[in-house]
Amino acid sequence: MTGVIARRARVAPIPVPEMLSRPRALALFGALAVLFVVLLGRSVYLQWLENDFLQGQGAARFSRAMEIPAHRGRIVDRFGDALAISTPVKSLWAFPDQLQASPQEMAQLARMLDTTPQKLNARLKADEDFAFLARQIPPETAARVMALRIKGLNEQNEYRRYYPGGEVTAHIVGFTGDQDKGQEGMELSQQAWLGGAPGSRRVIINRRGDVVEDVAAIRAPRAGRDLALAIDSRLQYLAFRELKAAVAAQKAKAGGLVILDVRSGEILALANVPTYNPNSRNKIARDAMRNRALTDTFEPGSTMKPFTIATALEAGVVKPDTIIHTEAGALTIGPNTIHDAHPAGPLTVEQVIQKSSNVGAAKIALTMPATKLWTLFSDAGFGTPPATGFPGEVSGRLRPAKSWKPIEQATMSYGHGLSVNLVQLARAYTVFATDGELKPVTLLKTDGPVAGRPVVKPETAREVRHMLELATLPGGTAPKAQVPGYRVGGKTGTARKNENGVYERKYVASFVGMAPMSDPRLIVAVMIDEPSNGDYYGGNVAGPVFSNVMGAALRMLGVPTDAPVNNVVLPPPGDDVKEET
Amino acid sequence: MNIVLLLVLIGCALSLVTSRHHARRLFVELTREQEQTRAYETEYGQLSLEQSTWGMPARVEKIARETLHMQLPTPGRVEVVETRQ
Repeated sequence: MTGVIARRARVAPIPVPEMLSRPRALALFGALAVLFVVLLGRSVYLQWLENDFLQGQGAARFSRAMEIPAHRGRIVDRFGDALAISTPVKSLWAFPDQLQASPQEMAQLARMLDTTPQKLNARLKADEDFAFLARQIPPETAARVMALRIKGLNEQNEYRRYYPGGEVTAHIVGFTGDQDKGQEGMELSQQAWLGGAPGSRRVIINRRGDVVEDVAAIRAPRAGRDLALAIDSRLQYLAFRELKAAVAAQKAKAGGLVILDVRSGEILALANVPTYNPNSRNKIARDAMRNRALTDTFEPGSTMKPFTIATALEAGVVKPDTIIHTEAGALTIGPNTIHDAHPAGPLTVEQVIQKSSNVGAAKIALTMPATKLWTLFSDAGFGTPPATGFPGEVSGRLRPAKSWKPIEQATMSYGHGLSVNLVQLARAYTVFATDGELKPVTLLKTDGPVAGRPVVKPETAREVRHMLELATLPGGTAPKAQVPGYRVGGKTGTARKNENGVYERKYVASFVGMAPMSDPRLIVAVMIDEPSNGDYYGGNVAGPVFSNVMGAALRMLGVPTDAPVNNVVLPPPGDDVKEET
Repeated sequence: MNIVLLLVLIGCALSLVTSRHHARRLFVELTREQEQTRAYETEYGQLSLEQSTWGMPARVEKIARETLHMQLPTPGRVEVVETRQ
């Protein structure tokens, strides 16, 4: 030991750093290594294990998925005029506990929104979580409100649907409900076509919230498509105006009117009364919303007679001039008796239609097996829905021929014991307006004529057509259906209403007709439910409506006249032919 | 040699920066144009709504009857002119 010290002292007094003892060095190295591993582990953790979460968090700070709103398609008439259109509007909302508005600001806000601060505060208090301060206001108003920069007040984009046609086209077009989804009418049945699908895209935004880069489209928006209806706005208005006037004048409960294009099967107008305004829907009676012409049925009455006669002509059991004895106006079948209140003695088959004899129609019907009648009724579209594409349209009732009793076969021949809707009835008359073809009908615009399905022979259709024209001439049940300048034809219907199995003293007056008779272009069907102003005959109640609508419609469409303008001949007063009910 | 590559690299980097900037500016412009398109669509919708509303037959008839005192001619005052084709 002394030797060592001595040697050191001898070499030099150089200060030598004190060496770490081996265990300490190892401990230190260990500690550093552990720290390093921890660091490495952390980075591995961040880079691989937690990567997705962190990337997501980062993206959330600058990347946004933006909704791209899609437009709902318009509904237009056959000329492209809008019947339903969506325009963007704004709604203002706030979380009540986050809205920081001074009383002055509230007053200003209320003034802009045409309301009072009290009402606004009431809305805010009503729900603690979320409140709308204004719904569906014009974008300009919203922009002015947002310019106040009230903290906690937010706006959101919405679409509002407007119906320029209002009550006139309400039943066909229908309306949309929440979320711009179709709820009634064509808006409902054509939802898939009209509705757009909103798209979305991923963007990068900067600190101020402006979009600086489009990263990727997640989903391209698909705009809704426009829907062209067969409706002719001018005819629709005409039909509505005349129907409304008639329903008011007759103090009736309701009414319906259909204008059908014979060649294309398009429904050019379909009006219902009562109606409603789809633009302000909060006070609509459920009852007024029904499209009666398609969703309600009624017993057609005498408007069925031409089909009975057509069956007989087809079967060859009668000719137009065959004489039918009307048994002085009473025909007894088993325990039941059919009456003609205005007995007319022997009638030709033509006159049975012209004067609308129940006994005559029943006698003709009873000469044939029930299946023959049923087949023609069914071929003419009774008992099957008219397939217009309208939601909720009904098929009417036509019981199978097997279940008909003789008395029922007799009453069905003049339209009792079965039920139809107005569109179905109008469609059935295409059989007589064409040379025996039943045309498919549609509410959508089509291109030109469509092929029909043959139901009767062309001669039969022409013979019945002639009988229909006779009915509108003096000596027929509907001289008031005549139109200046055009030959018309049609059939009246005056049916007692069957309520709970009992025929009440309530009536449905109807008229279905066509014009011009030289080459029919239009079918107009009119139905007045419970006329109660004294008169209830189809010829007097529905006939004039037909005349006004048909005349104006033919003029508007520029259909050439086929008679001199002074062709209308009315029978002398008191000499009119009353129809059987 | 390395210096040349470095310069090329710097050049590339700078051009990336400028093109990136350019792309963003163009994008902002695109967004503005899209905004404009939407605004035009909105305006088109409102105008066609207005057109439909003003052009409703009910309104046209009211004006024709009340303001312009127009009326339908009675059948006696109608003359049908045949055109030879």
